[in-house]
Amino acid sequence: MTTLASIETTSQPTDLAQNVWKRFTKHRGAIAGAIIFGMLVVICIVASISPYDPEASDLSVEFQPPSSSHWFGTDALGRDLFTRILYGGRISLAVGGIAVALSLLIGVPIGALAGYYGGRIDSILMRITDAFLSLPSFLVLILLAAILREVELPIFQRNSVLTISLVIGILSWMTFARLVRAAFLTLRELDYVSAARALGSTDRRIILGHILPNGIGVVIVEATLQLGYAIIQESGLSFLGFGIQQPTPSWGNLISTAQDHFIKYPWLAIFPGLMIFITIISVNYIGDGLRDAFDPYKVLETVGEYT
Amino acid sequence: MTTYILRRLIQTVGLLFLLSMILFALVNLAPGGPLSAYGGRRIRPERVEILKRQFGLDQPLPVQYLYWLAGNDWTQVDTNSDGIKDERGSRKGILRGDFGFSYRTREPVLEEIGLRFPNTIYLMSITMIVALVIAIPIGIYSAVKQYSIFDFFATTFSFAGQAIPEFWLGLLLILIFYAWLKNPWTGEPLLPSGGISSLDSGFSLSDRISHLVLPVLTGTLGWIAWYSRFLRSSLLEILPLNYLKSARARGLSERTVIYKHALKNAMIPIVTLLALDLPYIFTGAVLIETIFSWPGMGRLYYQAAVERDYPLLMAVLIIGAAFIILCNLLADILYAYLDPRVRYE
Repeated sequence: MTTLASIETTSQPTDLAQNVWKRFTKHRGAIAGAIIFGMLVVICIVASISPYDPEASDLSVEFQPPSSSHWFGTDALGRDLFTRILYGGRISLAVGGIAVALSLLIGVPIGALAGYYGGRIDSILMRITDAFLSLPSFLVLILLAAILREVELPIFQRNSVLTISLVIGILSWMTFARLVRAAFLTLRELDYVSAARALGSTDRRIILGHILPNGIGVVIVEATLQLGYAIIQESGLSFLGFGIQQPTPSWGNLISTAQDHFIKYPWLAIFPGLMIFITIISVNYIGDGLRDAFDPYKVLETVGEYT
Repeated sequence: MTTYILRRLIQTVGLLFLLSMILFALVNLAPGGPLSAYGGRRIRPERVEILKRQFGLDQPLPVQYLYWLAGNDWTQVDTNSDGIKDERGSRKGILRGDFGFSYRTREPVLEEIGLRFPNTIYLMSITMIVALVIAIPIGIYSAVKQYSIFDFFATTFSFAGQAIPEFWLGLLLILIFYAWLKNPWTGEPLLPSGGISSLDSGFSLSDRISHLVLPVLTGTLGWIAWYSRFLRSSLLEILPLNYLKSARARGLSERTVIYKHALKNAMIPIVTLLALDLPYIFTGAVLIETIFSWPGMGRLYYQAAVERDYPLLMAVLIIGAAFIILCNLLADILYAYLDPRVRYE
């Protein structure tokens, strides 16, 4: 009997966002992830309150182990590692954010057009998507970054945040296109869409106003996971030396430069990697929580679990 | 099914042509052109002109693409730039397996790749086997005992395993097993920090294995996390199904139900996934091979990118893309073959 009662309460028409939020807050891992990730973002944003300069060297304090004045120790040029990690975090998080925004900007319209119009448009757009999916993406990323490193245009100078975000974004929009297309294929057949069409809504209005909002769940979940993925890609690229260039710190190139000394001064490699690890794991937990929160079937499952 | 495979193969060829064009344009429109980093050192402008003619880079881009694809041994080329075509070309083109010469070593690209390829296969196949041997029992056990303490730890481990950047894990393992832990008898580092074998001695199995441990550990963790989690959810979808209930009702033991009836179906997506992940055996090892100085494809690609050895980069990318497309097709076919409910029209 309790089953019936709880199904009734959950199936009452409430705001989608409210429902999602309610289910999200029940996922303990996701809440922990959100809090940790939020704190990380905040301390990276306020990095400039640190008393140390992230790029000026002070050779009198090189290779200091972690202490009360240098929490994570100092590097080969006597720069405070904690400060550099915070500034590096800004770069790494920015690259992740811009790259995901870019792949959303490419992938969502492609998926929407392909799924809504079908036919020839669909098959052309999906062939392009297939072509990008068949690229060994990390290798192409390396090639693009190696080429762009030499470009002298002001915004691309020495593989700026924008360059790296751009190449990561261009190589990772395909999942969005596929997910959005799948959502459109099912949603466009539903009665409420036919109703909107009968009422004289334009295609534009149907796509943006009626179908897209209902497919937004999968996109948000995937965007979260892609954020983690983009950060890992940037760090791997910078680790190999093709990403963000010194002296600008990023989590990847901090580990890269630590390579020469990390046997003797292990903190140089341990802390930046730990930051990547913490970021990715909290982002993945957030994604997991969002997936459950957006999944309409999950409601019944959790109800079943508690009765 | 046969028509389906045929149609897919034709699509594959088209896709590869498209990709080859994109990659070719990318490399040749790169600032400074493909010769800008020839041999990794600066060369005099006059010499660049001569080299350009030798490589056929003075031709318009579509012609260059044609030569690269189909070779130029069927046409006359101008080798000394006097405007007269005086010699037959020497290139066979990638369609006939001629990927040109590496800028760096001046050796044929395919030979370079052939030299390194077995080392990557060796490392990655062992990594994958270790991953599956560990991941499958973890996946089964945590699905069967869902919400148990074991399941909790397995799930947490899988989240952590997927979040660790592998290059960082590699450095940590070097720190622990090379720098900190010592062999109690000899006082030497417990495990070597890189390479495929020791240089001074001949072949020895224990030496080979000791060189394998750290790269395999580094690479396998992510795969264990990925496959155990995938198998868990795949089994969880199947466990409540009616055919298993009826199997239990017929009095079959829980062991038989799970290992014989449930697992068989739960493994179908795993096999498909494995086929999809196969290309990573070929391309996924750049970071690990770089950290552990492993003489494989990944490290070769990295070095080629540093020195912008375009013929080599192009060859690896094209072969890699072909491999990915074929593995995708393989995954589809396997899926239809293993699951009779799936049929392609």
